[in-house]
Parts: sequence; structure tokens; C-alpha cells
Amino acid sequence: MDSNRGRESNGSVFTRLIRWNDARTGLNSLLRYALDEPVPGGAKLAYVFGSALLFLFLSQIVTGVFLAMYYIPSADHAHTTVSYLAKEVSGGSFLRSIHSYGSSAIVIVLLLHIIQTFMYGSYKGRRELLWVVGCILFVLMLGMAFTGYLLPWDQKAYFATTVGTNMLSEIPLVGNWLKQLLRGGTEMGTLTLSRFFVLHVFLIPALIFLFVAQHIYLFRKAGAAGPISADPINPNLPTEPFYPKQLVMDMGFALLIVIFLGFLAWKIPVMLGPKADPSETVFLPRPEWYYIPVFQYLKYWKGWTSVIGIMVIPGILGLLLVGLPFFDRSLERRPWKRPVSVGAFSAVFVALAFFGIQSHSQDLKNPGVAAQLQKQQQHEEEFMRAPFQPELAGASGGGAPMDPLAGKGQTVFTAQGCNACHGENGAGTAAAPKLTGIASKYDSGKLEALLKSPTTAMQLGGMEPIDLKQEDLNALVAYLQSLK
Amino acid sequence: MPTRDLPPDKAQSATNQFGGAAQDEPSYLRRSFLGGLLTAGAAGVGALLIIPVIRVVLHPVLAKTTEKSWSDVGKAEEFQGTSAPVQRLVQIEQLDGWRRTVSQKPVYVARDSAGQLTVLSAVCTHLGCTVPWIDKQNKFICPCHQAIFDPTGKLIGGPAPRSMDVLPMKIDQGVLRVQYQYFRQLTPNKEVIA
Repeated sequence: MDSNRGRESNGSVFTRLIRWNDARTGLNSLLRYALDEPVPGGAKLAYVFGSALLFLFLSQIVTGVFLAMYYIPSADHAHTTVSYLAKEVSGGSFLRSIHSYGSSAIVIVLLLHIIQTFMYGSYKGRRELLWVVGCILFVLMLGMAFTGYLLPWDQKAYFATTVGTNMLSEIPLVGNWLKQLLRGGTEMGTLTLSRFFVLHVFLIPALIFLFVAQHIYLFRKAGAAGPISADPINPNLPTEPFYPKQLVMDMGFALLIVIFLGFLAWKIPVMLGPKADPSETVFLPRPEWYYIPVFQYLKYWKGWTSVIGIMVIPGILGLLLVGLPFFDRSLERRPWKRPVSVGAFSAVFVALAFFGIQSHSQDLKNPGVAAQLQKQQQHEEEFMRAPFQPELAGASGGGAPMDPLAGKGQTVFTAQGCNACHGENGAGTAAAPKLTGIASKYDSGKLEALLKSPTTAMQLGGMEPIDLKQEDLNALVAYLQSLK
Repeated sequence: MPTRDLPPDKAQSATNQFGGAAQDEPSYLRRSFLGGLLTAGAAGVGALLIIPVIRVVLHPVLAKTTEKSWSDVGKAEEFQGTSAPVQRLVQIEQLDGWRRTVSQKPVYVARDSAGQLTVLSAVCTHLGCTVPWIDKQNKFICPCHQAIFDPTGKLIGGPAPRSMDVLPMKIDQGVLRVQYQYFRQLTPNKEVIA
């Protein structure tokens, strides 16, 4: 546009930069579209949950990315690296706590978002897909919580995930196969950790991005539903733009959340328990609080009935929830005019709360359980108080511990200067061949003979006859044979 | 909101790409008090998240470095009567993030020209081979290229550019301790590299 060319040279550098950028990216109109979203009936605090979820998800990404800077998803190192982060790295415990409490916050705000949408009847009026995508996001978020819980590889992570994945085997026909697929084997192990890590940081987040984009797109397409009195398709109410009032409310809520998370992380840092010990037999796993009601509910189903408990009932409830906007076609939004759906919805929440309380009181009532849970709590506190223990690694980067004779032989190897030509750990250098795998070429008698009187070819290459006490020679031979 | 600096002639802006008609002035350009509130809120939220992130990222740069570690060589009295150099292995511990690596390095406990205890690195100053002490000849002779040093570690022949390297040592409650170091090879002057 010609008029634009003239205008690009006016105004301050900053204004011109904005205009230059807009002419090429259309950022201003995009921003205008985002900020001028019409809110029927005006801004309300009840509408803050969606953007709060978006904000919390972003916060989880930021904190999670930087936690990964110190994390290794392997059964050998995961616990040490988390312990290093929590005990040694400045700000590490705080960041980890924000991430961990953030996951709880997401579940809470997610429930509030669902309750608000349900109670306001905001799923009605050509919003079926919006609702279904929301349900998918709900499941994905619970998947994030489940997979993230294992990553610290401490006792409670290990045993809670053992129980959690065991439940899969109750599914008829494919249950055991699914369990093995998720675990990367029949038992929990380092492959389980790798799988959970990949799910937690690559696969599920990618899906969440995809569905969040769809959710927002479908939301803007359908438009905000407005207050309960409004018609969900044509609200017919005076609208107010999203900016500034609704955005200020959203921002205020996000600020409140982050201050609260920061306060919690500062005052009550998230604990790390002792490293997972699969041989432990008395450990009582308890999942994160939001899985407790489900955990308690599953206790009631034993034997053949567990198919009903694990498959049939959750299946029906899930179907009812996802299919809600398809079953409930009326455009009536006031909760008191929708007694059946509101009643059923409330009953599920009451039941979940009941199971949660039930689980807690059963734990307290049984003295054996209460004592064990308290002991586990003490072990966690003791572990957190203990100073960080670095993991002992071989100088060459680890490996199996060697037998004492070979260990002594290694000192002889270094002391005699063998490493000068044959390299550290017999890896070989330009001056002399590698010694790894030599056990498959020569037995110990032949090796000893070669050390005492090297062949002419060896002598020409610079190998000197070795003159050692017999015990040192034996140790050296043992060490050479241990080189793999 | 950075865009509030836009000039009032924004009214001429074309129909936006989503089909809505352009307003005289976009709403977000006007309410500057609330805009300020938002900026402050965003800054608060950002700071709360970014500060711990920066601390975590900078930890390896800002954490105070561990003091140079001293390794035990042995009881000082063990070396009282010796005149010829004695080889000992010292354990050196290094922290590598969450790992602790332990390796063994040979050193010689020798006497300098004044008869005082010194600790020599067994690494040849020529190309880094481990130099053995040859008792029969009363010399250090490197097997690689025949660099020769006298019992005090002084260079007396061969291709090495300097005498054997003396390591910092101290006697701590009767225990001889050494600070193991690596030196640059092939230079006439001793230069610590780690």
C-alpha cells in the first residue's frame, strides 16, 4: 500500500519498528483479534479458568524444560540427578517444587473449569467438538501427572507406578499386553522410566499443543457463551471486549496462582524420598492426592467383579461425560432447570470426595498402616536432611566393579607406565595396540609368559620385558584379562 | 502494551484479516491505566518464574568452586630414612556434577638437592609417559623416548624440555599430602593445566 510506505517513515523509532513489523507479519491485527474477543454480558471472574490453565501449562513447560537440564531418565541415575537438583543446584528445589505443585494446580483449575462449563451449560449450542476436545485435554493432563510422578524414581514414585500400571492387567484380553507395552517389559525397570520420560516430555505435550490449539480455535469459532440466562447460540447481550477487563481478571488470577505456588515452593519444598528399592516388601504406595479417590474406589473391586469396577463403570461414566453435549440437546442453561444432568454430575463429585475421605480415614484407623505411612514420611525427611551423595563413577565413565585382584592389577598397570603406550584402561594409543579383549586371545599362563619375555615383534615396538614380584604379576594378568 | 504508542491515524488501518471492520481506534490502544496494570502483572508473573530458572541455569557458573583437593601420600615418617625416590599412588577425587570420579595417579616422594622431601609427578614432561625409577642406575628413565632425570627429578638427558614437575605438598599432622596437578607437556616452563 502506497499510503503505508509514507507512514513508515513517521513517528519514533519504536513506533516505526512496530509498523514495519506489522506490515510484514500482521501481528497487530492478530493481537487485535485476540484482544477484542467479544464477551457477551461483560467480563466475569467465573471466566478466568481457561486462560489460567493455559498459563499453568506454559509455566509447566518453562519449569520442566529447565528441570530436564539436570535430569537423566535412567534407573541408575534418575534419583541421583533429582537429588542433586534438589539439594545442590541453587534454585533447583524451588523450581522443582513449582513444577510439582503446578501439576496439582492444573488438576484443581481443570476441575474448576469443567465445573464452571458444566454448571453454566456452556457446552450447549454447537459446542460438541469444543467439549470433546476439552475431554481429550483432561485425559492428556491426567496422563502428564501420572507419567511425571515416576520420574524422580524414589520409593513412592516407583511403588505408586507399579500399582498404577498393574491395574492395566485387569483389562480383559489385552490387559497384560498393554501393561508390558507401557512398562517396556513385564517388570518395572529402566525401560519403564525411559517410556514415561518420553511420554511426559515429548508425546503427551505434543498432543496437548495440538488439542489446545483446536480447543482455542473451536472456542473462538463458537464464541463465548456468556451468562446462564443467555441463549448459547445467539447470546443477544451487549458485549464487552476481552481487553482490558477480562484480561486483567485473567492476569490477576494467574498472578495469584503463581504467588501461591511460589509461596508453597518456598515454605514447603517438595520432598524426595530414598531411591526406589524394588526388593522392599513393606512399602505402602499412595498416589498423588487427585488419584486417591480412584485408588480407594478400586479397592472395592476384587476378583471377577474388578472388570466391572475398572472397565464397565468408568467406561459408562466416560462415555456419558464425553457424549454429554450429544445427549443433552436442550438449550436450557440454568442449572435448576436441568436436574438430571446436574444431579448426576454432582453425585460423581460427591462420590469422589467420599472415596477420598474414606481412604484417609481408613489409613488413620489401621494402626499398622498409619505407623508404616509415618515411617515412610520419616524416611523421606531423613533423606532430605542428609547431604547430597555424588554417584561414584569410574574415571572412564563407569562400568562394573572389578574384583580386588584386578583392581590391584590396575594400579600395577598405571605404576609400570603401561598406560603410557597402551592407553588408560588398555584402550590403546598410536604407540601400542589396545589390550581390551585380550583374554579371548591368550590364557593367563600365556599372558604371563609374554609379559616376562615379549616376542621380538613386541620388543621392536617398544615393549620392555616386565620384571615384577609374582603377586604383582598375577594381579597385572588378572587386570589385563578383565579388560573388555 | 507497546502498541499504545501508535499514532491516532490508526483509524485508517484496513479491515482486519479476520473479517471484522476496523474500529476508529482499537480498544487496546486506549485504556492505558489497565494496560499498565497488565504490564505490571505480566512482569510479576514472569519474574517469579524466570528468577528460579536463571538461578538453576547459572548454578554451574556461579557456584563457588570446590577447593583444590589434597590427597594423602602416606605417613611422613615412612619417608624419613629413604634417599632414593619412592613411588606412591595417590587417589584423586573430582566432582563432575552429580558424579564423583576417583582415579589413581603415580607420584614419587623424593628429596631435593637440599635434602628436603619433595613430591614429583610421574608424568614425563616430554610426551606424558609414566616415568619409572630405575634403581640400578639411580636414575629416572622414561621408557618412551629415554628422557633421563636424576634422583631429585632434574633433567640430565634426553628429549624432555624440563625437569620432572614438583607438586605442591604439605605435612598435615604427620601425613604427607599432595595436591595433584596436570602440567603442559613439551614446554620449557612448568604450566599448570588442571
